Amino acid sequence: MSTDKGKVAFVVLCFAALALYPLVAGKFGVDLVTKIMIMAIFALSLELLVGGTGLVCFGQAAFFGIGAYVAVKLSPESEPASLLWLLPASVLVAAAYALVVGALSLRTKGVYFIMVTLAFAQMAYYVVHDTPLGGGTDGIYLNVKPVLGSLLDLDKPLVFYGFTLAMLAAVFVFLAVLRRSRFGRALDGIRVNEQRMRATGFSTYPYKLAAFTVSGALAGLGGFLFAVKDGFVNPELLSWHESGAVLIMIILGGIGHLRGALIGAFAFALLQELFKSEAVFGAFAKHWHLGLGLTIIVSVALLPRGLVGLPAQWRARLVGAASRRAVATPKEAGDA
Amino acid sequence: MDFATFLIQCLNALQYGLLLFLVASGLTLIFGIMGVINLAHGSFYMIGAYMAYALAPFVAATFGGGFFATLAVGVALSVVLGYVLEWAFYSYLYEREHLQQVLMTYGLILVFEELRSLLVGDDVHGVAIPPLLAGSIALSEVQQYPVYRLFISGVCLLLALGMYFVFKRTRLGMMIRAGSANREMVQSLGVDISFLYRVVFAAGVAIAVLAGMVASPVSSVYPGMGNSVLIICFVVVVIGGIGSIRGALLAALLIGVVDTFGKVLLPSAAGVLVYVLMALILLWRPDGLFKS
Repeated sequence: MSTDKGKVAFVVLCFAALALYPLVAGKFGVDLVTKIMIMAIFALSLELLVGGTGLVCFGQAAFFGIGAYVAVKLSPESEPASLLWLLPASVLVAAAYALVVGALSLRTKGVYFIMVTLAFAQMAYYVVHDTPLGGGTDGIYLNVKPVLGSLLDLDKPLVFYGFTLAMLAAVFVFLAVLRRSRFGRALDGIRVNEQRMRATGFSTYPYKLAAFTVSGALAGLGGFLFAVKDGFVNPELLSWHESGAVLIMIILGGIGHLRGALIGAFAFALLQELFKSEAVFGAFAKHWHLGLGLTIIVSVALLPRGLVGLPAQWRARLVGAASRRAVATPKEAGDA
Repeated sequence: MDFATFLIQCLNALQYGLLLFLVASGLTLIFGIMGVINLAHGSFYMIGAYMAYALAPFVAATFGGGFFATLAVGVALSVVLGYVLEWAFYSYLYEREHLQQVLMTYGLILVFEELRSLLVGDDVHGVAIPPLLAGSIALSEVQQYPVYRLFISGVCLLLALGMYFVFKRTRLGMMIRAGSANREMVQSLGVDISFLYRVVFAAGVAIAVLAGMVASPVSSVYPGMGNSVLIICFVVVVIGGIGSIRGALLAALLIGVVDTFGKVLLPSAAGVLVYVLMALILLWRPDGLFKS
């Protein structure tokens, strides 16, 4: 129970820090952290599938991108759209696409599932990239950002920061509750042993499909926020690089924990910023992929359970060292 | 479409499909036998193409040059590269989960791309077609087909036959097949399975590098060329059925045909056709065409 309290305290502290951050940060910092929070929502959506249900989706960027494109395409040319309908619309379209993709691709398993979800994401990518619907390689601009009456003007960076933070918190709480619900327990069971779940009388397919659709909807929410933040969308949002990057985030953070997705998104983005920084690496910052790649390789070697597993790993090491000391002869212990 | 054009497109489809097969065969071997998802396999193709470009002056200075000497040097280097990589990185991945493998090999892609950028730069390069193969064959009064593309198909076919022979007819192939079925059992029968894996991995790398080298005069050499090949090769592997060489060959030829004719007949939908094909096949047969 105490570790559970520790986890909650950690997450509450993280959100408190995020809420206080704009007080000390400049324009650049607020912008960066807003972007990272959006990526964290995106990563959380995938964590529901990978960590929660055991379904590795390699096409998550499609739902993200569709959310973003719908936000831009449905916004009127010269007046602001209302958040009240634009946000639900983006989320629903992404969820609808996820429902179709899920319904078909859940027929396959394992690596085949990974590849089918990739295939459907590539289809969405090429539709946006090659047809007039998506505006081609150059992408499209969002001229006027949506508002909520006179209450919220998302054009102001600080208002948008607060809104994104609220959305991130809402998604986090939603997923935490979902995971503890009967539905979430059923997903757990499917992840561990789908055969046994079926034997105990669960029809697993609807559960998986529901999880897939919810995940797509949340990714769509992330995409919506992304489009509103930058006021610009292009087909690269749907590319497999994005699907890969978000997968890397949750693996780096630690699969199977919601806070892993949070930590992973921050770690990945901050590592990127670090290696890109000319202040630290000078002219070599141009080759920032090298540092990022090496860090990823080292983290696989040293962190088999991701960043989330780090405290447990340290504890195990301490306990191991202590027990080694305990069995050592008194003379050696005296030396130490 | 008149007959000559049709014939040209058929030959192009064959050449593209066979080239895909070469890269995908290494992928499906490493995947099927060792159970490692190797995202960095596309990088070996890229490394091959850059070798064909960057090694040529060096080979010319030391061995008197020639495209084929470059090929030989490149393949020799790639075997060493594969052997070292397996020893240094991949041998630690066999016991890990698939997602850990994805993470590490993704890291390797980034490292390979940046090392390439540091060593050779980010420019697009061309590689000259060797004079011996520079000619064309006339198909009609105005249309002709370059000999070099036929050469690519020929090399790929030879390698495919060679692989088939090694797998089905030699003692080494028998051990590899047995090793993929049951690692522990083969080990307990006295076969050095780690060495066997290392050989398979090195061979997979060498084949991908060779594919990149042979393709470089046609495709030119550019940054990021490995990534596009990687995704298509995964499609090939999955359509064919993971671990099945025969499946990979059939799937690669199928994709060659669909992609080549798609570009001619339905240019606006060409990019998506391959993925539609894959989705349809997997919905029909969720384990690929040939499940091994």
